Amino acid sequence: MYGQKVKLRFFFILLVLSVLVLTVFLVLKSLEENIVYFKSPSEVKLLTEIDSKKIRIGGMVKKNSVEMSANQINFIITDFKNEINVTYSGVVPNLFSEGKGVVTEGFLQDRNFFKASKILAKHDENYMPPEVKSALENK
Amino acid sequence: MIYSSIGYYALILGLIVSFPIFFFSIKNFRDSKILDSKIISFSFIQLLLVILSFFVLIISFVYSDFTNETVLNNSHTTKPLFYKISGTWGNHEGSLLLWLLVLNLFIFVFLLESRNMLKNYRILTVLFQQIIIIGFFIFLIDSSNPFNYVFPPPDEGLGLNPILQDPVLAIHPPILYLGYVGSSIILSSALAATTMNYISKVWATHIKKWILISWIFLTLGILLGSIWAYYELGWGGFWFWDPVENVSLMPWLALTALLHCVLVLEKRSTLSSWVIILSITTFILSMGGTFLVRSGILNSVHTFASDPERGVFILSFLFLLVFISLFVFFIFHKSNKQEPVSFSFLSKETSILINNWLMMYFLSVVLIGTIYPIFLDVVSSEQISVGPPFYHKLIIPFLIPFLIFMAIGPQLRWIKSELNGKLQLMCLMIISFLISYLILKNFGNNLLINTVLIGSAFYLFLITIRDLLKKKSQNLSQNISHLGFSLLILSILFNNIFSSEIITNLKVGETFKNEKFKIKFDNLRKFQDKNYISFKGYFLIEEGTTSEKLEPELRVYNQPNIITSEADIKTTFLSDKFITMNTVQNNEHFNIRYQVKPFMLWIWISVLLISLGGTVSFFKRKKL
Repeated sequence: MYGQKVKLRFFFILLVLSVLVLTVFLVLKSLEENIVYFKSPSEVKLLTEIDSKKIRIGGMVKKNSVEMSANQINFIITDFKNEINVTYSGVVPNLFSEGKGVVTEGFLQDRNFFKASKILAKHDENYMPPEVKSALENK
Repeated sequence: MIYSSIGYYALILGLIVSFPIFFFSIKNFRDSKILDSKIISFSFIQLLLVILSFFVLIISFVYSDFTNETVLNNSHTTKPLFYKISGTWGNHEGSLLLWLLVLNLFIFVFLLESRNMLKNYRILTVLFQQIIIIGFFIFLIDSSNPFNYVFPPPDEGLGLNPILQDPVLAIHPPILYLGYVGSSIILSSALAATTMNYISKVWATHIKKWILISWIFLTLGILLGSIWAYYELGWGGFWFWDPVENVSLMPWLALTALLHCVLVLEKRSTLSSWVIILSITTFILSMGGTFLVRSGILNSVHTFASDPERGVFILSFLFLLVFISLFVFFIFHKSNKQEPVSFSFLSKETSILINNWLMMYFLSVVLIGTIYPIFLDVVSSEQISVGPPFYHKLIIPFLIPFLIFMAIGPQLRWIKSELNGKLQLMCLMIISFLISYLILKNFGNNLLINTVLIGSAFYLFLITIRDLLKKKSQNLSQNISHLGFSLLILSILFNNIFSSEIITNLKVGETFKNEKFKIKFDNLRKFQDKNYISFKGYFLIEEGTTSEKLEPELRVYNQPNIITSEADIKTTFLSDKFITMNTVQNNEHFNIRYQVKPFMLWIWISVLLISLGGTVSFFKRKKL
């Protein structure tokens, strides 16, 4: 026979465990939904299907490729092997310029065309996003 | 040249002084009944040496001594004096020297302030703190020496990153570090108290002061960083769930939980293991934060170019500290048999405990969101990032019970209580939900969750106001902080719901128009300042019948050659008007962002209120 106290403790532990499992499940599930993958232009070319998930694309802004009009900015991101066209309407960070590294976030239209919703700012002119660095090194 | 040598040898001497401190501490631990004054003297000498070294570094910056590598990399002769000085801690080496300085300062103040405490407990605290101090000494001298020579000295330095040349960011690191490093005393003292089996009401009262100090500074530090990000980065937000921001939020959450637990320990001498675990967690998170920011592992928009070698040292040191802490905890910690562990469901303890769990949940969410990308990169070299939706989705729903428990908890008594004035509490709750429904009725998006959320924040607001008016200063500090928190949540929510934004590209002379706003780009003028050229844009913004002139700026700094944009913000009591302009090379168009952000001022005020509550509590203790 188990005493009242042992039973109570048993239930308490059960409760804590189930709450824990539920929490972990919840966290992992929304993590799955909200992560944003990073791709280089070459990796984009290799994609077999274009899904509607948000991704990040990084590389260098191609020289003489920036065109600006009243409501959008077009430019080309290159990893010196493959290129991708980007259209963007929004805020451009100060360190965005031709021939420098850039990371954009948005949605792929097809393998050559990317609609960006955000250009990520950086604080340091010498700083290269690690992803861009490794993407450039892998080429 | 001479300055660098003085600074460097002061550091080495400082490290050497640790040995006599160790020696006399261990000797004193067995021998006598009172604390050997030599320990205090040597701690003082160590503190002086570190101050000397720090002072010398400041001098080198002020005189632009380019034989010093740190100065060379981070300063420039045309930089204003104020930023020359703040440049001292605006870089990796200098900021670590500041860490060390605060570590030493705190243990010295601790020694002076803890006269009434058990002798061996004081000695053990000094010893544990010395382990941390020695670690930082070695780290500084070995891999991030702020006094490296450069020969022959160049004529001109490389300059400080212009976005760091800002009055708020000049004081942000020291304040934040006082908070971070303050948690080292909490760790040392908790470990010492565990070893001595000294976790008690007396200890709780004593350590509460230190927890409050760290907590106040950490809160203010985060606030300053947030204000800076708001006006300097030009995104018009104040929190981006960026990894670098998250690492400062995590120790704050742990520290806040600890602050509440230590109150329980003080009043009811229970939850002692929980207090120890939280003390360890807080420091590990603070140091882990430094590691993550400085090692360059984090992929963050705030990341500054950094060196992975350093990361390895901090990481191994961190593991050593975790190991020591856990060792001490498992070997020495005896759960006190006399602890009155039983408390009924309806009691202050329960509500504090529940809110503690919720805070731990928030902490784990932030931790997972910050660490998971690093983990995945190591395991599968897949590069990902976790965006704000993740945090919003997981944290916002749980804010509702959190706020409600925050409102009801203080109404309960210790051990067991009836809910007094149930009727009034229920009425207030219904009133606040009704009000929030009426406010939000016309804003269709997510009506249900917004109503409930704003309702519960409003509920907390009403109850704290009622308590502030009714019970005079009985628990003033708690009331102020909780009031601040409810205001913070309210202002953030209103800010999110009612903000409006326009992004457009304009040439000089052009006008943007939509049904609500008219933005006219009048003129662009050039000014020359000491270390930058400024381009000022003149904008006229018309909204209905009111019009506003705003003048954002673009600054082209000479060294390093960087363009920054300075937002122009018109702050009023109820809302901020915020405009930034950016340029893209070889283009006539300027990239314009205009935002109307309600209740921005209140976000800052409410965080100030939160820390004011802590300050009140701190001074109240002192008088007693």
